[in-house]
Amino acid sequence: MDALANFFLENQDMIYIVILSIFLGIEVISHVPAILHTPLMSGANAIHGVVIIGAIIVMGHAKGDDYLALTLGFLAVVLGTLNVVGGFVVTNRMLEMFNKKK
Amino acid sequence: MSSFLLELSYLLGSVTFVIGLKKLSHPESARKGNLLAAAGMGLAILATILFHEHNGERIGNIGWIMAAMGIGTLIGWTMAMKVKMTGMPQMVSFFNGMGGACAAIISMVEYHSHPEGAAGYFLVVFLGLVIGSVSFSGSMIAYGKLDEKIKDFSAKWLTVFNLVLLAVIIGILVVAVKSPETFGPSVLWILLALSLLYGVLFVMPIGGADMPVVISLLNSLTGMAAAFGGFLYDNQIMLTGGILVGSAGTILTVLMCKAMNRSLLNVIIGSFGGGGGGSSAAAGDQTVKEINLTDAAILCSYASKVCIVPGYGLAVAQAQHICHDLEKQLEAKGVEVYYAIHPVAGRMPGHMNVLLAEADVPYPKLIEMEDANGMMNSTDVAIIVGANDVVNPSAENDPGSPIYGMPVIQVWEAKNVIVMKRSMRAGYAGIENPLFFHAKTKMLFGDAKDTLQKLVGEVKMT
Repeated sequence: MDALANFFLENQDMIYIVILSIFLGIEVISHVPAILHTPLMSGANAIHGVVIIGAIIVMGHAKGDDYLALTLGFLAVVLGTLNVVGGFVVTNRMLEMFNKKK
Repeated sequence: MSSFLLELSYLLGSVTFVIGLKKLSHPESARKGNLLAAAGMGLAILATILFHEHNGERIGNIGWIMAAMGIGTLIGWTMAMKVKMTGMPQMVSFFNGMGGACAAIISMVEYHSHPEGAAGYFLVVFLGLVIGSVSFSGSMIAYGKLDEKIKDFSAKWLTVFNLVLLAVIIGILVVAVKSPETFGPSVLWILLALSLLYGVLFVMPIGGADMPVVISLLNSLTGMAAAFGGFLYDNQIMLTGGILVGSAGTILTVLMCKAMNRSLLNVIIGSFGGGGGGSSAAAGDQTVKEINLTDAAILCSYASKVCIVPGYGLAVAQAQHICHDLEKQLEAKGVEVYYAIHPVAGRMPGHMNVLLAEADVPYPKLIEMEDANGMMNSTDVAIIVGANDVVNPSAENDPGSPIYGMPVIQVWEAKNVIVMKRSMRAGYAGIENPLFFHAKTKMLFGDAKDTLQKLVGEVKMT
C-alpha cells in the first residue's frame, strides 16, 4: 500500500492532468452531431497514435547489442506510424467528401 | 535549451489535439481540425527525435527509426488511400489495433530493459501491456468480422469463461504488482498471452449490429494504453493525447449505446439476436405484398414527397450513387426527396452520412431521425433501401422484442412504404420485422443496386 501511496504522491501532477483531461475530452465531444461520429472516431483514433513517441523513445534508447529490444522497438515504430499516418489520411479522405459541396 | 524546446513542442502538440478534436465536432471546421492535429503530431514526433534526452543520452538508432517510420508511412498511406468508403469501419478498427500493439510492445521492451522498479512502475507497465494487447487482438477480430472474414461465434459458456478470464488477468496483475518475485519475469508472457486471448474472445460473440460500439470502446482502450505510456516516460503529450481519446471515446461509446437504447454492459455481456422468439412466431404465418418495378416507379413519380431510408444493405451493394440518381430523377419530376438517417445506420454512427456525402448527396437533404419522424406523416412514399432494424415497429410496440425501446424511424406513418430487400431473411441483428407485413408495406425484392438501377430506368420512362 505504501508503494502505491508513494507513487500517487510522486505523480501528483500527472494525476491532475489525467483527471482534467478526462473532463476536457468529455466536454469537447459532447456536442458533436451524429453525422460526424465516424470521422470523429477516426480522428480520435489517429490522435492516440501519439503512442509512437513512446516507441521512438524505446527504440532511441535501446542498446546496440540488445537485439530483442531493437527488433521490438523497430516493430513498435512501424505500427505506431501506421496508426498515425493511416488514421489522419483516412479521416482527411472522409472529411474531404463533406467539404466538396456546401 | 533542448529540453525547453521539447517540452514547448509537447505543449503545442497537446493544444493542437484539443483544438483539433473541438474542430472535428463541427462540419465546417472538421477538416481543418484534423490537419491541425496532424501538424501537432508531426511537431511532437520531430521534437522527440531531435531533443529527447534520457539520463543525458540523446535518441540513438536514428537510421532505424527513420526506416521504420518510412515503412509505416508507406503502408499506412497506401491502405488509407485505397480503402473504399464502405470499408471505413474495418479500416479504423485496423489502425486502432496497430496503436494497441504499439503500446503493448513498448511495455514489453520497457520490462525487458528494466525488470526492476517500484510498484507504481509495474502497475503502469502491466496495464499498458494488458490494455494494449486486448485492444490489438480485439480490433483485429472486429476488423475480420466487419470484413466478413470471421464469423460470429457465441455460446453461453463463453460469457462465463470471459468473466473468469478477466478476473484471472486482473488477479495476476495485482499479485505481480504487489510482489514481482511471485511469477518472475515470465509474468510478462503470461499476461500477454491471456490478454490477447481475452481480446479475441471478448469481441467474438458480439453481434454485427453492436460492432460500432465495440470499435469505439476499443478506440478508447488504445487511448488509455497510450496514456500509460505517458505515465511511464513522464511524457505529457502521450498522457494528454491518450486520455483525451480515452474519455472522448468512452463518451462516444455511451452516445452510441443510447442511440440503440442499450447499456454498455448489455452489449458486452449479452449477445444480441435469437431472442424475442415469442413475438416473431406470430408473424411467421402472415403474408407479404410484393410490388413490381413499374408500379413502384409510378407510385414514386406521382408522389409529392418521398423519403429514402438507407441502411447497411445500401452500403454493401455500393448503391449510394444510384440512390442519388433516383433522387435526381424524382426531383426532375417535381417530387421532394429527403433521406432519413438513423444515428446507427450503417456499421458506425455517421457512416451513412459519409457514404451519401461520397455520392454527392447535398447536406440539407440528410435529415436526422427525430426531424424525419416529424415529417413522416406528410410523406407519400417511404423507400427503405437495405435497412431493417432501424425501421422495426417492434421497437415501439413489442416489449418482448430485443430491440424494444430503441428509437426507430417511423416509416409506417408515411402513406406508402416500399421495402427493398434481397430476401425475407431477418436483419443483421437477426430480429423479425413486422413492418414487412404491415398493411401499407409493399416489398420489392432484389439486390439493392440492381433494383435501384431498374427503378431509375422506370422512373425516367414514367
